[in-house]
Amino acid sequence: MTATPTAPTAFLAPTGLTTDGLPLTTVDEERRAALVAGFPFPFPNPTYRYSTNVEPARGAVLTPAGQWGEVVVDVDVEYREELAQREQVLARDPSRYAVLPHMRVACWDAMLGLMRELAAAYPDDMELTLVEAGARPRYRWRNGLLGLEQEFTYGVEDTLPGEPLGWICSQVQEDVVLMDQRDGVLYGDAGVVTFAADWSFGFDVGMSFLEIHGPVPRLHAEGVITRAQQFLVRLQPGEVYRRTNWTLTIGRRLDVSTELYDEWGPDRESVQLLDDTAFGALVHLRVEVQHLVRLPESGAIMFLIRTYMLPLEEVARVEDWRVRAADVLAELPQDMADYKGIAKFRDRAAAWLRAAG
Amino acid sequence: MSPARISLVVTEVTELVPGVRGLALAATDGAPLPSYPPGAHLVLDVPAGDGRPRALANAYSLTGENVEPLEYRVSVLRCDPATGAAGGSAWVHALEVGDKVEAHPPRSLFAPVRHASRHLLVGAGIGITPLLSHLRSHARWGAEAELLYLCREGLGAHVEDLAALAGESVTVLHDRAAFTALLRERLRDQPLGTHLYTCGPTGFMDLVHLEAADAGWPAGRLHAEAFGTADLDPGEPFTVSVDGEELAVPAGVSLLEALEEAGHEVANLCRQGVCGECRVGVGPGSGPVLHRDLYLTDEDKAAGDCLMACVSRAEPTDDRPAHLEVIL
Repeated sequence: MTATPTAPTAFLAPTGLTTDGLPLTTVDEERRAALVAGFPFPFPNPTYRYSTNVEPARGAVLTPAGQWGEVVVDVDVEYREELAQREQVLARDPSRYAVLPHMRVACWDAMLGLMRELAAAYPDDMELTLVEAGARPRYRWRNGLLGLEQEFTYGVEDTLPGEPLGWICSQVQEDVVLMDQRDGVLYGDAGVVTFAADWSFGFDVGMSFLEIHGPVPRLHAEGVITRAQQFLVRLQPGEVYRRTNWTLTIGRRLDVSTELYDEWGPDRESVQLLDDTAFGALVHLRVEVQHLVRLPESGAIMFLIRTYMLPLEEVARVEDWRVRAADVLAELPQDMADYKGIAKFRDRAAAWLRAAG
Repeated sequence: MSPARISLVVTEVTELVPGVRGLALAATDGAPLPSYPPGAHLVLDVPAGDGRPRALANAYSLTGENVEPLEYRVSVLRCDPATGAAGGSAWVHALEVGDKVEAHPPRSLFAPVRHASRHLLVGAGIGITPLLSHLRSHARWGAEAELLYLCREGLGAHVEDLAALAGESVTVLHDRAAFTALLRERLRDQPLGTHLYTCGPTGFMDLVHLEAADAGWPAGRLHAEAFGTADLDPGEPFTVSVDGEELAVPAGVSLLEALEEAGHEVANLCRQGVCGECRVGVGPGSGPVLHRDLYLTDEDKAAGDCLMACVSRAEPTDDRPAHLEVIL
């Protein structure tokens, strides 16, 4: 992997619509090619329904354009760009980062876990060394991509530049939620979530897994969420599973949290008025690769949400993706399209993809 | 759904107190072992032979450092096969430094509740082992904890370890009446939000929970380690029909073992009725089920369509021998 400086961004001709000035996916061909090659295309079937679609992590998935899925924590060409965005979001709105007091152990546990995953995936750039074992293990952490080197004692906050969860989240592109397990129920009691797709971490913190998913249609009636929770509460230390989720996002906007709805909500109207070229560049297929990790000391579940985005114009260049995405978008039941917030433009997105053949 | 077994080598054996052996097990390559939650246990593969008719899988609470440990430590009380024990602990007591051992990675069913305002740990005999692990963690994280330990004089394992970790917060008693009196007092002198954890013989844990209920503790604040020291009784023989075949399950052999010996693959992990992996379907041709697990809910059991194959058995009725129809 390489971390190149931010490439110049394309701009659409101003239209006077709310979509003016939205970020697009880079025009740098090399970076674009890397984003396409690593894109976790989320539709194995021609129709999409909610399911408890979890599978063991780390299995590579081959796509017509490349592959994804070998690593739990993924560093790609957007690394610096996305970390900078996270920093800005947190500076603007600290409610995206919360740690309830009893989650201290889980935060240390999560930090070590993320470091281990980074070191395993990128041994040239990332390294976690156990300096001294025992009741208070000491470690050395090196993140060569960011030029960081830090020696710390496990459980001693003073030996880190900041609180462990917040600090490690400034080094990964993933959003992180830590769920405490009490009496067979999971609670979202800590996290750093700056790239939420139309939900609010600050609102959800402290809620149970079932409460957090309360607004999602179909899930409860079909038992999907209850089954998911039953599965999660039985995960054993060190076990890692994954699933994907998806939506459409207008512009390359990582932060489409409920807090900013007034900024991005109106784009759903405006996008319908754009010409086809602008539509294909602005509308992004947004995919979350979510990893579920049972942390070894705290027993908390670490929920990682990594967001990938590809504009329709790139999706359409891969023939299998173009056809499949069009089929799924056209067939998606209305209530699911409503919940995903794409009801007003998913038909056009499907038609756009079909016409791009 | 569990990772593969890990290969370990015995690096240390110690006689902690008479009858209790401490075992240290390291990775064969010497690398740090996976971390685990306090109160977790290790399931060791005990091979058949030496008087053991079949292989066993014995669970032992981990007592050592739980974060990036260089070794796993367990403390094992020897239960005499001559008095009906299955022979797993006798095998542990015969291990020597350098012996290779296979194990499942640590499993957690008895972790501390991190949002507790305080932790009251109550152990008896060899049941002290998971509580020692809890106490280590509370010492590291500065959590408030108090421990009561009932054991015979001179036979209590880890007394010094406990004192070194938590000093005055540890009380060791050798007299049951004095213990019960102190327990009653301590149960009534804890801040709101305290959680209680107990491990020891089943009768002991029942007593602790009864006393706690008596003192007004809500059930959600009480936790018991299911791996007490008492083995389940061997049970009565019964028959099983599965896939058109009829199997005999003798006393001392579990349904799970009988199915495995007949060549059926049944997912399983703890083999003690705790983890929920080996649930099998029960068909209409079955007689009554003797449920002995800690996993199924009362509703599950009332439905009468499943059982946990590792511990549960068939019961006879007045006019029918004990029989199960199992659906895999």
